Amino acid sequence: MPTTIQLDELQDLIPQAAILVDVLPADEYTREHLPGAINIPLKTLNRSTTAALPSDRPIITYCHDFQ
Amino acid sequence: MSARAAWRIETLGFTRVYRYRPGKADWLANGLPVEGTQANVPRAGQVARPDIPTCQLGERVGDVRPRVTAAGWDMCLVVTDDNVVLGRLRGKALQANPTAIVDEVMEEGPTTIRPDTLLVDIVPRMQERHVVSIIVTTPGGRLIGVMFRPAAEARLAAFQATPKDTNYS
Repeated sequence: MPTTIQLDELQDLIPQAAILVDVLPADEYTREHLPGAINIPLKTLNRSTTAALPSDRPIITYCHDFQ
Repeated sequence: MSARAAWRIETLGFTRVYRYRPGKADWLANGLPVEGTQANVPRAGQVARPDIPTCQLGERVGDVRPRVTAAGWDMCLVVTDDNVVLGRLRGKALQANPTAIVDEVMEEGPTTIRPDTLLVDIVPRMQERHVVSIIVTTPGGRLIGVMFRPAAEARLAAFQATPKDTNYS
């Protein structure tokens, strides 16, 4: 089960080489995203688009807010 | 959306999957930097002055006032040990009987805004209501600083005078 985290936990994970995945549509990502985040919109999330993600690092998803 | 994404990633075989539930809105509201074409849009947190003097509920006005004056300010924010804003001391309250306790004379619950508030939104509201300054805090109420309208107006005018490659107005 994915672990739900808050800001302080996020800030602890970032130095551990966590991968930030912005799952918002590409135009929203282009306008504004967290530093270093990559964009994989929810509708495009599949085996192919995640193939390059390292399996040994924390992966953190986020969108705009509590959705 | 991020929950479904996290679950989907886990079904794809990843084992260290997290979901930052409060999302980008929370990140921005805490005054943290972002990247992207609108990363430089001016926000309240960028012009807030963090050097505003602070005091605590149990202090005497006579002890606080010299500190505020020496720092070159005419107001002081009342905060908890964790820097959460409880009130404001200015004008008559700051000139009150020196033996008065801050708790007895402070303004309760002053208006605050978040650091990600866009200057293009807040500056006109401050102008309409003749508000000279406003307190900027995190969503949890922790003090970031005080934003003065002239500084916000100047920052916004400089931004609006700069050519842009986005459709932000």
